Amino acid sequence: MGEKITGAQSLVYALEAAGATDIFGIPGGAILPLYDPLFDSKIRHILVRHEQGAGHAAEGFAAATGRVGVCMATSGPGATNLVTPLADANMDSVPVVAITGQVPSAAIGTDAFQEADIRGITMPITKHNFLITNPDEIPRAIAEAFHLASTGRPGPVLVDVSKDALQAETEFAWPPQMDLPGYHPVTKPHSKQVREAARMIVGAKRPVLYVGGGVIRAGASASLRRLADLTGIPVVTTLMARGAFPDSHPQHLGMPGMHGTVAAVGALQKSDLLITLGARFDDRVTGKLSTFAPDAAVIHADIDPAEIGKNRRADVPIVGDLAEIIPELVAALDAEHAAGHIGDHEGWWALLNRMRQTYPLGYETYDDGTLSPQYAIERLGAIVGPEAIYAAGVGQHQMWAAQFIGYENPNSWLNSGGLGTMGYAVPAAMGAKVGRPDRTVWAIDGDGCFQMTNQELATCAINDIPIKVALINNGNLGMVRQWQTLFYNERYSNTNLESFRIPDFVKLAEAYGCYGLRCESPEQVDATIEKAMAIDDAPVVIDFVVHKDAMVWPMVAAGTSNDDIMVAREMAPDWSGEDD
Amino acid sequence: MTRHTLSVLVEDKPGVLARVASLFSRRGFNIESLAVGPTEVPDVSRMTIVVTVEGLPLEQVTKQLNKLINVLKIVELDPDASVQREIMLVKVRADMDTRSHILETVQLFRAKVVDVAPDAVTIEATGKSDKLQALLKVLEPFGIKELVKSGMVAVGRGPRSISDRTIRPVERSA
Repeated sequence: MGEKITGAQSLVYALEAAGATDIFGIPGGAILPLYDPLFDSKIRHILVRHEQGAGHAAEGFAAATGRVGVCMATSGPGATNLVTPLADANMDSVPVVAITGQVPSAAIGTDAFQEADIRGITMPITKHNFLITNPDEIPRAIAEAFHLASTGRPGPVLVDVSKDALQAETEFAWPPQMDLPGYHPVTKPHSKQVREAARMIVGAKRPVLYVGGGVIRAGASASLRRLADLTGIPVVTTLMARGAFPDSHPQHLGMPGMHGTVAAVGALQKSDLLITLGARFDDRVTGKLSTFAPDAAVIHADIDPAEIGKNRRADVPIVGDLAEIIPELVAALDAEHAAGHIGDHEGWWALLNRMRQTYPLGYETYDDGTLSPQYAIERLGAIVGPEAIYAAGVGQHQMWAAQFIGYENPNSWLNSGGLGTMGYAVPAAMGAKVGRPDRTVWAIDGDGCFQMTNQELATCAINDIPIKVALINNGNLGMVRQWQTLFYNERYSNTNLESFRIPDFVKLAEAYGCYGLRCESPEQVDATIEKAMAIDDAPVVIDFVVHKDAMVWPMVAAGTSNDDIMVAREMAPDWSGEDD
Repeated sequence: MTRHTLSVLVEDKPGVLARVASLFSRRGFNIESLAVGPTEVPDVSRMTIVVTVEGLPLEQVTKQLNKLINVLKIVELDPDASVQREIMLVKVRADMDTRSHILETVQLFRAKVVDVAPDAVTIEATGKSDKLQALLKVLEPFGIKELVKSGMVAVGRGPRSISDRTIRPVERSA
């Protein structure tokens, strides 16, 4: 206290005090003053190869640990390269703090070298952001940024600091007084609403627990398990919620949505009560909104009041933290049960079990000896097991990884659900491995995605971050190709990446100081995965060369009704007469 | 299509207007008018936003606004329980023959002339937007050279203030 230090030193002290242990970033002119005291800090700074990698690594770190992920970049292009990960974190409610350097305050607005109005640019894609030009405001801004990022509905917060504020003299004091008079997230639910929800649940004939990523962010998986066990109600977990509830649990029907299981989609469609927990009725789950779950009343519990009623009217809205809501709901249900009110779901389960048995997930295998991508992913999940962390890119491989790997634990499945950011997997896996060095971390990536961010393999190799990459290489932008097959008369415009030929991914991995393995037939799959699992001194990349025409099924085509789900091309499940 | 008047208390911080304005455009809400100014509380500004909503309920607008960290409070003002005013400055062509007619109109509407030139007068009028519309309609035949209006400002009737807890903020409806 009272000691004169630079704004940069104050910022480093503030980051340490706020709990940052690992930061992903790249220095540059405007943020250079910060990197000098950072050099002496106990914080581990990981020098990435592209700022987008820093942003996704911070996301992966946060998603795997539940702690705030931190990334750092210089002004202008450094900051704009963070835009995609920030938008991604905003869509998927990931607690991230981004620190960016800004040109000196006197130069702001003059189109100075490497100047970009990053606060203006990121306004719609962050939970909040700051521009700091007074060094005395640094500790408070950092404290507020971490508080905003990690409380309420988590999200990204950007702190832009001008170079002169980093260089000027200031004093450091912690904890600073936070000044957020307009920020009061509601965490405690209205007990009247919770009791009303409990009454509806015991009265429902065809209830479903519609579980979203909010359950994972809230750390409420264990209470969800109690709720499910207590009520015997079927559970579906959205793409963002894979791992929130064990896949091995008999009440788990799998993932709903565009590529969900018939049983999960069917359960929502036939339901008379959706118990919605931290989910947001995204179009990828609902299909055509007007035909979604047409007979269901809706209980909607969420930390963000703006989600309630946004897409679907809620009959019982509950605003609050799921970590408080679910235990209260369990208590209210105990009271209902004690009063002799207990739900009877026998007929409902008979219908759902028929759907589940008739339409399990499946995939094609090929007589010509080529590899099914689903088989490779299924074997990976079986051999590696549920204690590992899996990070996926975006596309077919992401859907297969969501479908064919069994998740038992929260914070084990990381992916870009809302924004759908190709290139998320490798840097997110890197961030996850930094946050959870005790766990095996696999990136499951496509050849298209991988070529967007694979430069971070260099970061992993140099910084002893031994991630593993399962590259599902079908030589094409597979999901786009699938849409061209189905909706554009098989006219494959610009989806052939030729990545069976260029690049040679094994050589590429080796060039980056990683192990490169190739697997081209079903017979080689187990041995290759086991070989990769045995390596622990460097990152490994397996190039799974797979059949290019494999498709993701089931599928609800964009804009159509969930009732029109297809289990394979031109094959609809038969739901007629299944009503009990 | 429904029209609502929102009073929004915000922290007087740089960028807050941009946050509010960009939120409206991003979420597809339509701002009809917007007026911003200081309040009786230091460092707190008040925005009066007239918004027309189509299809989606006003609730979405207020909930999204309320998520902005710098927004302190949102209250919807009922037109029957509030005073709503706009100010208009209008420059009208006025020569020797028409000037007296124009001055008569100005008096009828309890407006006032704030500037006179040999061939034009500038009129200041305050009121609800329908009164200003009526005045404009009468002035139009003379020839309107220039027109400027403030956004609407509004305040609830009665002794209570927006910062009283007794006024129920809209966003708590969830």
